[in-house]
Amino acid sequence: MDFLRPARWEEALAAKAEHPTAVPIAGGTDVMVEINFDHRRPEYLLDLNRIGELSEWEVGQENVRLGACVPYSHIMEHLRAELPGLALASHTVASPQIRNRGGVGGNLGTASPAGDAHPALLAAGAEVEAESVRGTRMIPIDAFYTGVKRNALAPDELIRAVHIKKADGPQQYSKVGTRNAMVIAVCAFGLALHPETRTVRTGIGSAAPTPVRAKEAEEFLNAALEEGGFWDSRTIITPSIAKQFADLAAGACNPIDDVRGTASYRRHAVGIMARRTLGWTWESYRGNGRSTEGAA
Amino acid sequence: MGVTGNPTSINQGTRTKGGIGESTLRPDGILKVTGEFAYSSDMWHEDMLWGHTLRSTVAHAEIVSIDTSEALATSGVYAVLTYDDLPTSVKNYGLEIQDTPVLAHGKVRHHGEPVALVAADHPETARRAAAKIKIDYRELPVITDEASATAPDAILVHEGRGDHHAGHVPHPNIVHRQPIVRGDADAAAARADVIVSGEYVFGMQDQAFLGPESGLAVPAEDGGVDLYVATQWLHSDLRQIAPVLGLPEDKVRMTLSGVGGAFGGREDLSMQIHACLLALRTGKPVKIVYNRFESFFGHVHRHPAKLWYEHGATRDGKLTHMKCRIVLDGGAYASASPAVVGNASSLSVGPYVIDDVDIEAIALYTNNPPCGAMRGFGAVQACFAYEAQMDKLAAELSMDPVEFRQLNAMEQGTLLPTGQVVDSPAPVAELLRRVKARPLPPERQWEVAGEPADVRALPGGLSNTTHGEGVVRGIGYAVGLKNVGFSEGFDDYSTARVRMEVIGGEPVATVHTAMAEVGQGGVTVHAQIARTELGVAQVTIRPADTQVGSAGSTSASRQTYVTGGAVKHSCEAVREKVLEMGRRKFGTYHPAWATAELLLEGGKVVTDGGEVLADLVDVLEDEAVDIELEWRHRPTEAFDLRTGQGNGHVQYSFAAHRAVVEVDTELGLVKVIELACAQDVGKALNPLSVEGQIQGGTTQGLGVAVMEEILVDPKTAKVRNPSFTDYLIPTILDTPTIPVDVLELADDHAPYGLRGIGEAPTLSSTPAVLAAIRNATGLELNRTPVRPEHITGT
Repeated sequence: MDFLRPARWEEALAAKAEHPTAVPIAGGTDVMVEINFDHRRPEYLLDLNRIGELSEWEVGQENVRLGACVPYSHIMEHLRAELPGLALASHTVASPQIRNRGGVGGNLGTASPAGDAHPALLAAGAEVEAESVRGTRMIPIDAFYTGVKRNALAPDELIRAVHIKKADGPQQYSKVGTRNAMVIAVCAFGLALHPETRTVRTGIGSAAPTPVRAKEAEEFLNAALEEGGFWDSRTIITPSIAKQFADLAAGACNPIDDVRGTASYRRHAVGIMARRTLGWTWESYRGNGRSTEGAA
Repeated sequence: MGVTGNPTSINQGTRTKGGIGESTLRPDGILKVTGEFAYSSDMWHEDMLWGHTLRSTVAHAEIVSIDTSEALATSGVYAVLTYDDLPTSVKNYGLEIQDTPVLAHGKVRHHGEPVALVAADHPETARRAAAKIKIDYRELPVITDEASATAPDAILVHEGRGDHHAGHVPHPNIVHRQPIVRGDADAAAARADVIVSGEYVFGMQDQAFLGPESGLAVPAEDGGVDLYVATQWLHSDLRQIAPVLGLPEDKVRMTLSGVGGAFGGREDLSMQIHACLLALRTGKPVKIVYNRFESFFGHVHRHPAKLWYEHGATRDGKLTHMKCRIVLDGGAYASASPAVVGNASSLSVGPYVIDDVDIEAIALYTNNPPCGAMRGFGAVQACFAYEAQMDKLAAELSMDPVEFRQLNAMEQGTLLPTGQVVDSPAPVAELLRRVKARPLPPERQWEVAGEPADVRALPGGLSNTTHGEGVVRGIGYAVGLKNVGFSEGFDDYSTARVRMEVIGGEPVATVHTAMAEVGQGGVTVHAQIARTELGVAQVTIRPADTQVGSAGSTSASRQTYVTGGAVKHSCEAVREKVLEMGRRKFGTYHPAWATAELLLEGGKVVTDGGEVLADLVDVLEDEAVDIELEWRHRPTEAFDLRTGQGNGHVQYSFAAHRAVVEVDTELGLVKVIELACAQDVGKALNPLSVEGQIQGGTTQGLGVAVMEEILVDPKTAKVRNPSFTDYLIPTILDTPTIPVDVLELADDHAPYGLRGIGEAPTLSSTPAVLAAIRNATGLELNRTPVRPEHITGT
């Protein structure tokens, strides 16, 4: 196994072009586990740790441009206001040590359906900045996940950053695991209210071959909120609407039975999380945020 | 010697008194917390090779052929060994029944069974070479439960059994069966006003010790081998290792290296013989370290069990009778299964008075992973079931579950179903009273005025699944009955060598035992005992090795009792010798030498009235007193194979728990808020260590209540979750406050009146948590661990 250590981004792109099978490594919290268990033996490891810019972020007008290697602990500490959903998701990632190493770029590169960042990215709205020696392209997050542990990157492309919409309303993130910390998701749910566009976006983790949005549920809720004038009245969402939304979210799942949980439990749990996260975000939107936002 | 990372003497010199009853600090504590402690996996030797074990990828198969040629031809490989390379006619080992092949012969009986060994100059080379070994398996149907094990046409897991249990078991796929019959359960059932029954399932728990199996074998010039290894019982290992190597026991010199937890999982051999074989074959030191994945295959687990119970009671709440049948899955090899059966049957009644019982416990041979010793074995599974039964009965009688238990609680003088009388304090009712009397933790602790909900106090924790929605509190109680020490007539002795001499103008005691320090704190306690008995400040604890007699196993809550007893006994002998020397030298100077009760205190010989007669330095001068003695507790008896009668146990141990849980009833997630424990310890030799043991045991019991389980595919008998990603153990956020209430009611038969403590808290913790979850949800929950889908019903 060859270990490539580019000092600059351009060198990394050149190396990836020359060795398309090279596996990029940053925090190593996924890749090293795979190597240690002998699950994969890449010909080349492409170490991105020398490229400082990948660990930086910029807060723009509309978006946060989050470098691929920004560790979860930084997102929790510095980007809670701009990216509340992702900050909550980051809090559920493994242990403090792992959160100091791992970042969203790795989650996207691995593209595991259980990656903790995905539902938050889907709910907030994001684009992946993918680059190769051929140029840069922005991949909408909805089109990024193409299969179990597969993504839309071309073999010569690297993730440089992810552009995430700054929150224009309350966001929430919930994850079910069978212990109270340091656990892989049995299933997860992200929800973001976008009052500017009067839309709601969602993301589901670990309950389908890829991270997915609950599109039907979103469409139903968008229509129901519009028709009922809820965005303006800021009244409590009718329980029957919340229930229908939760049922549709559960219906968006396509889960399997595995050692971590059953398919039917995952469907059930996604429904519960959909109802609860909608309740919490809507309460915040109504102006009662202090009593409903989860703290830790 | 060239070995680094091997243990050195622990000097516990201190100016403080530091005798028994004080919370002296552990000599290994700070090193472990700061990461400086040398574990067995940290050892290194110049020119050492790395051993690797090739394991079966299927659970049950005939081995048609093994081709090692490509592995042998790999550069850097020094040796590849299979069954054919074993040097003597002894090719099996085992704790009680020698049924476990050192390397598979003709057949593999479980997933992950060792088939071949490789030694190479780098661990990765060894691993890759092992992958080149070609094994042709012809797969056989798997036996996974009682029905498939005892079916008329069942394949025998072990053909031609000749062990001492083979003659009395109803089927060759049953390792051991122990019935216990006393009184007339059927007649008593007729007197019952209420009868409850239930079938309970206990999942397969792993010891999940953090230091994986590892050791270093160094070939010696005399043709023998020096083995440094993390184990629980050096001499039991030695007895099994030497015959396979064809060496006399004195040529296999074992030294305990740093042990990273054990909990029963190191009672059986793992890499010991393998490393020695490779070292002797190559003439080079060989180190073997399992990784976490391999560790799940490298040691036995807790027996999963199915338990069927029936209890009856009169309207006024007195138990009439109990019938039970306990089926333990021992997996492919016997390991500790016979003893687990003995404990499960003899302790199946729990800490209650029931005169009429009909009990049966069996352990199966199957193709599931081998199961053996784990903290509280046999008793843990039974306690989970009988405590659920107690709650059912109380509910049926509309009685308070604690009062119902107290009404039937065992006490000193109670006659057990085995016919044995409990002849030391048994404060079962008092332990329950104490946990119940404790104030309850405040309700809705996640609510902080004006602040967001603190999710750390809620089910789901940082996963942020609830801010209070669906959360219901539940409270549950449980109490358990555990034996202490090895039972059923086993010669359960220990050995201690104690030396006293003057070093640097100061009297110093040296304690040498073969006791495996696995984290229980024995090294602390031995020094305390030496200080108390010999009145010295300086005590050196020698590394445990086989140059001194056996200490027995660090298990069964026995080490402080038995090896502590041996240290006390040898110290007493040393003291007598020292006093004799004193009398010889100074007896004419003071009449008290002849007439008074003399003690050693503060480095001096004193009368029981406190008068100083001589300084130990002057008594000893340049002489050393050095005594090695064995010590035994009271003998026990085997259980009658038909009736289960016999004084089978040395001592009993009791703990009670109250669990307070918050359950998210919609998502099925559980947060245990508090697990209060009350336990009688007879005498707390080191109160801080006692508390640590109780908290650790409690947490291990919590783990199997809500998350810990090795999942085995019933179709293939293969392990599905051999990693810490999917075999979950409690984190600090899963571990509740554990208030501990310690009683010290002396057992007059035991050294200092002490009672073994390590296991009892593991028993009652699990059923208390289950009872609390049932209390919160109203569900029956007859299986542990409870998974979210069991609560949500989805």
